Amino acid sequence: MNKFVTVCILLLWPMALAADEMKMAVTTSFANSGLAEILLPAIADDLGLNVQLLIVGTGQALKLGEAGDVDAVLVHSRAAEDAFVAAGFGTHRREIMYNDFVIIGPSGDPAGAHMATAATEAFARIAEATAPFVSRGDDSGTHKMELGIWTATGIEPAGDWYRAVGQGMGAALNTAAGMDAYILADRASWLNFGNKAGLGIVFEGDPALFNLYAYIPVNPSRHPHVNSKAAVQLEDWLTGPRAKALIEGYRIEGQQLFRFSAVEK
Amino acid sequence: MNDILTGMIEAVRLILTLDPTLIEISLRSLEVTVSATLIASAIGLPLGAWLAINRFRARRAVIALLNALMGLPPVVVGLLVYVMLSRSGPLGVLGLLFTTKAMIIAQVIIITPIIASISHQAIRELWAAYHDLLISLNTTRWQRIKALLWDGRRALLTASLAGFGRAIGEVGAIMIVGGNIDNATRVLTTAIALETGKGNFALALALGFILIALAIAVNLALHLLSKTERNSLW
Amino acid sequence: MVGPILPLRAESIRVARGGKTLLGPLSLEIAGEGVTIVLGPNGSGKTTLLRALHGLERLREGAVRWAVPEPETRSQQAFVFQAPILMRRSVVDSIAYPLLLDGLLRGEARARAADAAEAVGLGGRLALQATDLSGGEKQKLAIARALVRRPQILFLDEPCANLDGRATREIEAILATVREQGTRIVMSTHNVGQARRMADEAVFLFDGRLIDGGKASDFFDTPQTPEARAHLQGDLFP
Repeated sequence: MNKFVTVCILLLWPMALAADEMKMAVTTSFANSGLAEILLPAIADDLGLNVQLLIVGTGQALKLGEAGDVDAVLVHSRAAEDAFVAAGFGTHRREIMYNDFVIIGPSGDPAGAHMATAATEAFARIAEATAPFVSRGDDSGTHKMELGIWTATGIEPAGDWYRAVGQGMGAALNTAAGMDAYILADRASWLNFGNKAGLGIVFEGDPALFNLYAYIPVNPSRHPHVNSKAAVQLEDWLTGPRAKALIEGYRIEGQQLFRFSAVEK
Repeated sequence: MNDILTGMIEAVRLILTLDPTLIEISLRSLEVTVSATLIASAIGLPLGAWLAINRFRARRAVIALLNALMGLPPVVVGLLVYVMLSRSGPLGVLGLLFTTKAMIIAQVIIITPIIASISHQAIRELWAAYHDLLISLNTTRWQRIKALLWDGRRALLTASLAGFGRAIGEVGAIMIVGGNIDNATRVLTTAIALETGKGNFALALALGFILIALAIAVNLALHLLSKTERNSLW
Repeated sequence: MVGPILPLRAESIRVARGGKTLLGPLSLEIAGEGVTIVLGPNGSGKTTLLRALHGLERLREGAVRWAVPEPETRSQQAFVFQAPILMRRSVVDSIAYPLLLDGLLRGEARARAADAAEAVGLGGRLALQATDLSGGEKQKLAIARALVRRPQILFLDEPCANLDGRATREIEAILATVREQGTRIVMSTHNVGQARRMADEAVFLFDGRLIDGGKASDFFDTPQTPEARAHLQGDLFP
C-alpha cells in the first residue's frame, strides 16, 4: 500500500511542478503585431504561467469569454467591452496600452486621402472618389473602429467600391494589396505585413484613430472552472513595470508601436 | 512564380536546419491525423463491411446518409463540435475545447463516413465475388466478415489512406475547435492559414510543400509496408 | 464423424425466380457410387439443379433430403463453380481455407493443402497467387479446395466449359481418381463426348424438366426422347 502511494506521488509529482496554464482570447491585430512573442516568454519566466493565445476577432473573443472557453480576453472595442462587463461575463475592464490605426492605400492615392486633416475627411474623400475600399466586415475591433468613422462622416458605405471581406487583418490586407484598395489597419499589423505590394500609409495621426487595448478577466462566479488565480496574476504583471518596459520598448522598423497606459489601482 | 521559388527554398532550409517549430507542428499534425485515422478506421471499416453483407430495412437510408455526410463541409463539423465542447455546451464539463483531442474528434467525424463508404464499396464487390463460395463452404457470419476484411485489406488500406489524406489537409474544422494555439494546437494547415494571413507567402508555401511531402511519405510507407507481404498484385 | 450422407433425394423440387419457373418440378435420387452427368442444352436448368441439390437455391416446392439431417451434410458436400471463385490468397492458402474454417491450425492446414495441391498437379505452384494461375490451373485449384475436406459428394458445374482439350483431359483424369477413391460425383456438362467418357449415370434436362436419363450405357445407346436423341447427335433445337 505504501509503495502504491509512493508510486502515485512519483507519477503525479511532475504534474504539480508543471507550469500553470491559462487561455486568453486576443485580437488578430494584437497577435499580428508580434508583441505577444516578446511578452509570453517573459510571462512564463516571471510567473511560471503558460498563456495560450486564441487569435480571433474582438467579436469572437468576447463570445469565447461569454461561453467560458477562455480565462481572460485582451481586446479593443470600448462599447462592446463595457457591455460585456455590464452583462456580468467579465469581472472588470483594465486598460493596458494603446496603439493607433492608419489608413492604407495605393501609393498614388487617387482619392487624395493624404490631404485630409481628419480621419473622417480621409474616409469622405475615398467615398467621394468611389475608390476601392476593403472592409474587414468581421465584427472585429478594427471593423467596429472603421464603422465608427463612417458613422461620424454621415456616409453609408455601399456600392461596388466597398468590399467587406469578412476575414482577419492579414487576409483583408492581402485582398487590398490584390485590388489596390484603401483599407483601415492597425499600425502593428501593417508594419508586420509581408505582402505590401504597391500599398502605403496615406493617413495617420488623428487621435480618433487611437486604439485602446483592455484586459478583462472572465467572471469566475459565472464559470467556476476558469483559472481566475492565473488571470489575476497576469493582470498584475501586464500592468506592472516589466510589461511597461517591454511594451514601450517594442519597435518594428524603428517605430514604437504601443504606448503603455495602465494606471495603478 | 517568385513566391513559389522562395517557398521551395524556404521549405528546404526549414527541413535541412531541422527547424524546431516546424518539427513540433509537423509531429502534432501527424499525431492528430494518425489518431483520427485509426479511430475512424476502427469505426468505419467494420461499419462498411457490415453494411455490405447485411440486408436490413434501413440499409439504403444508412448508405445514402453516409454518402451525404461525405460531402459535409468541415467548417460545419467544426462548428458543431465547437458548440458541443464549449464550456457552455452540453459536453463543456469535459474541458476538451482548444485541445488536440477536440481536433481529433472533429477529424474523426469528417473522415469516418469516407472510410465507411469506400470500404463498403470495396467489401461489397468482394462479397459479390465470394458470395457463392462462402455459402457453399458453410461459413458462419463471423467467418465471412473475417475473410472479407482480410482478403480486402488492401482496399481497406486505401480507404483509410483516403481518410488520412482528407484529414491531414483539413483546416476549417480544426481551426475552429483547436484554436490554432501556438505550442498547443497549431498544426501544419492552421500554421499555413496563419502565415498566409500575415502575408508571409514564402513561409506559408514552404509549410504547404512540407505538408504535401508528409502526406506522400505516409502513403508510400504504408504501400511499401503492405507490398512486402506479397509480390504480385493481389 | 458424420456417417454416410447418401442417398440424396430431391422430391418434387421447383425453383422459380420472379414468377418464372427455372427448374422442375422434378424428383431425382443420387445413390451408390460413381459419376452422374447432368446433360441438356443451355438454359435447360443444369446449373440450377446442381445448386438446388447443394442448397444454394431457395426451393419454391419440394425438398432435398439426405440420409442424415442436412446441417450434418454441409461439410461433406463440395461444389466447383463453372467460373472458379478465387480468393485473394496464395494457392496453398486458398486450398487450406476450408480447413481453417474447421478449426485446424495453420501449419497442419497448409500441409494438407499442399498434399491436395500435389494431387491435382499444382505441387509446384503453392506460393503463387491464385489469380496468377492459368485457366486450367485455376479450375484444378478449385477442385483441390473442394476435395481438401474429403467430402462424400462433389458437385461440379461445367468445370471444363472454358478450358482447352489438354486441360479438359487433365481434369477428367483427376476426377477419375476422385471417383476411384469413393467420392460421389455429380457434374454437368454440355460436352457429349466428355459425358460419354465419364458417366456411370446420366440425367437429361430440357426446359427445366427431367425428361430422360438412367444408366449411362442405356441412355447413350438408346435415348427415350427425341430431345435427348437430338442433343446427343449435336442437333440444334429451334
